[in-house]
Amino acid sequence: MRLDNTDRQLINLYQRELPVCERPYEEMSRKLGIAEGEVIERLQSLQDSQVLSRVGPVFEHSRAGASLLAAVAAPEEQMDLVAARINRAPGVNHNYAREHTYNLWFVMTAPDEDTLEERLDDLEHKLRLPMLRLPMVEGYHIDLGFDIDWEALP
Amino acid sequence: MTVSPSTDYLAGIPDIAGPGSVSAWGLLRLRRQLELGIPLTQRPYQALAEMTGLSEQEVMAAIRQWQAQGLIKRFGLVVRHRTLGYTANAMVVWDIPDDQVQNLGRSLARAPFITLCYQRPRRQPDWPYNLFCMIHGVDRKLVFSQLTTLITDHSLEQVPHAVLFSTRAYRQRGGRYVSHD
Repeated sequence: MRLDNTDRQLINLYQRELPVCERPYEEMSRKLGIAEGEVIERLQSLQDSQVLSRVGPVFEHSRAGASLLAAVAAPEEQMDLVAARINRAPGVNHNYAREHTYNLWFVMTAPDEDTLEERLDDLEHKLRLPMLRLPMVEGYHIDLGFDIDWEALP
Repeated sequence: MTVSPSTDYLAGIPDIAGPGSVSAWGLLRLRRQLELGIPLTQRPYQALAEMTGLSEQEVMAAIRQWQAQGLIKRFGLVVRHRTLGYTANAMVVWDIPDDQVQNLGRSLARAPFITLCYQRPRRQPDWPYNLFCMIHGVDRKLVFSQLTTLITDHSLEQVPHAVLFSTRAYRQRGGRYVSHD
């Protein structure tokens, strides 16, 4: 999706350190040289068009609660069905098809480890598929707020 | 009479200014709301205050404190890279000897095109890989050339690895640790 320069600027400047003050969009508008209302409209339209998933915090997963990466090998013709079942389970925030025998990869979150394990056991039982459970041992780099390379995009 | 909320649910929620000053339930409600994003209105923190029963000042103080404590690691626009055109998303997994995985993980993490890098347990015999790197690429050709660079630069020619491109996102959203699904 092609964005105009102002939208690009908004993204370049505010993937982190959104102002925490009474009128944050007003402060942003001054930096961008547009009206406060326009900042709000642009953010809304970027959100509506799925360029942004949201405006707000990204929580540090190891401190915010429990989470785990899991995978199952779904029969090829049942991928959509199994994926939908996974999405119905509580706490699933990522769910991707990937090219591998283990072809569905998802992240499940919960307020605490016990709840997480219960949710995973329950889902594994419902899916009747063995589940790879891959908790994080150590993170070396976890930040999806990288600078967008606008030139490289289609 | 004070009713103490279940502490389980408050795990990780810091005390802002000492016990009794800011409603713990209010802070929990704030965390739930924040996981869904902040409102796009002139005074978003005031709107959050109204939703959570806190004051605007308390909302802002809580966010600042959570940032300072590292519970919030980034605060701003959360991009869906796929919509922008980052359609070649590769999870590259490696089987690295245990005594080398930490050093290698740290050095791979410095490659500019690697967006995530972490160690996870092997699950033999099905899953021999213990180091994960994510490359958010614009096309597969570019991702493979970045991978070649990585292999050469870090002498990984002999290391078993696999490249798992994503073909479909069935769900992609922020973690909802305390909010209801």
